[in-house]
Amino acid sequence: MSMLELRQVSKVYGQGAAEVHALREVSLEVDPGTMVAVMGPSGSGKSTLLTIAGSLEEPTSGQVLVAGQHLATMSRNDKARLRRQSIGYVFQDFNLLPGLTAAENVALPLELDGISARKAQAAGLRVLTDLGLADRASNYPDQLSGGERQRVAIARAVVGDRRLLLADEPSGALDSANAEAVMRMIRTACKQDVAAVVVTHDAQLASWADRVVFIRDGRIIDQTAPAPGPESLLGQDR
Amino acid sequence: MSVRHALLALLSEGPKYGLRLREEFEAGTGEVWPLNIGQVYTTLQRLERDGLIESDDGEERDSPQKRFRITAEGEHELAGWLRTPPDMSSPPRDELVIKVLVALQVPGIDVHEVIQAHRRYLVELMQQWTRIKDEADRDLALGLAVDAELFRLEAMVRWLDAADGRIQRAAAEPSARSRDDLPRVKRKAGVTR
Repeated sequence: MSMLELRQVSKVYGQGAAEVHALREVSLEVDPGTMVAVMGPSGSGKSTLLTIAGSLEEPTSGQVLVAGQHLATMSRNDKARLRRQSIGYVFQDFNLLPGLTAAENVALPLELDGISARKAQAAGLRVLTDLGLADRASNYPDQLSGGERQRVAIARAVVGDRRLLLADEPSGALDSANAEAVMRMIRTACKQDVAAVVVTHDAQLASWADRVVFIRDGRIIDQTAPAPGPESLLGQDR
Repeated sequence: MSVRHALLALLSEGPKYGLRLREEFEAGTGEVWPLNIGQVYTTLQRLERDGLIESDDGEERDSPQKRFRITAEGEHELAGWLRTPPDMSSPPRDELVIKVLVALQVPGIDVHEVIQAHRRYLVELMQQWTRIKDEADRDLALGLAVDAELFRLEAMVRWLDAADGRIQRAAAEPSARSRDDLPRVKRKAGVTR
C-alpha cells in the first residue's frame, strides 16, 4: 500500500478572472521506504502539492490518501491526529522552538499527542541517536549550526511512528556539505521505511531521490526512469 | 585526464612497479577513470624516453616487475603541471546548447519539451552519481570525483532551467525575440556551421 496517494488532485485559488490553477489533475504515489523529489521552478505548484499531501490544505477536486485513508472522509479531529502521529514536516527555515533543547523539540510532537514527557524524551533521544545527533541533544537551537538545526528538524519530523516525511526545500539555505548531511539523513529515514516527498528546484538535492517528478504550471509533466546500478557509470571493462 | 602526470605524482612518493602504479592510479581517481595496463606501460615508456622517470637497469623490458622512479626533471614537470590552470578561456562547443538553439528555429518543435528531455536525462545521471556517493561516503577520492560530475551536470540543469524561463518570457513579449536577433545570439555562443 502506498503511504501517500494523490488521485487527480486539482487546486484552484480565487475565482473568475483572478482564478489561479495551482495544481491540475496531479496523481502521485509514494511507497514506504522511497524518496520522491518533486522538482520545478517557483510558482509551479510544488509547495501546494506538499501542503495538500500533508492535509494542511484541501484540494478543489481529486482525492488524497495517507496510509490508505481518504482525507476527505476524515473528521477535523481525525485529520489533526493523523498529522500529529503519521506525518512529519520539514521546512526551509527549521521552525525549532528556541526555548527548548534539541531533544525537547524532537519530543514535542509526542508530548502534544499525550505521551508522557519521560517516554517522549526517551523516544526523542532515540531518534537523535539514530540520526547521529546524540551529542547535540541538550543544546538549544541557538547553540546549533544551521545544518544541525535542520537535522534536528528532520529528527522531529520522523519521531515516534511517523511514516510520511514532507520536506519543502529542506536544504535551502545550507552549504553543500550540510545539504548533503540533510539528504543523507532523509535517506536513512527512508531505509527505515519512511516515505518521503521532497520538493525543490535544486537538481543536486533532487538527485538523492529514488524518483524525480517534474512539475510545471501545476501539472506533472515528466519523471525519471528507475535508475540502473552504479556499474553503468563506473565501467565494467577492467 | 593526464595519465602522464598522474603517474609522475604516484612516483613522487617513491619508486614503484608498473602493476602497483595501475592499482594506485585507479584508487586515487576513485575508479571513475578506468585505465588499462597497456596505457600505463606506453605512458611509462614515454616518460622514460623524455627523461622524466628512470627504471631499474638490466630487468626485462616492459615487465610488470620493472621498477620506476621519478627524476629531478620529472619533479619539476609535475610541480609546473599542478599549478597550470587547464584552458577554459574559449567556450566549448556544447552540443546541448546547440540543440536548444536549433530547436528554437525548427517549426513545430516545442522547445520546452526538448529542454525537459535533456533535463530528465541529466537528473537521471545525477541520481546515479549520487547513489555512488551515498554508498561510498568514506572514499575521499571517489567523493571528490563524483562531486565534480554532479556540479558539472547540475550546471547544465541550471542552464536548462534558465533557458526555459528565458524562452518563456521571450514568447510573452514577441518583440524581444525577432528573427534578426537570432544570428547574433548564435555567434555569441560560438556556434558555426
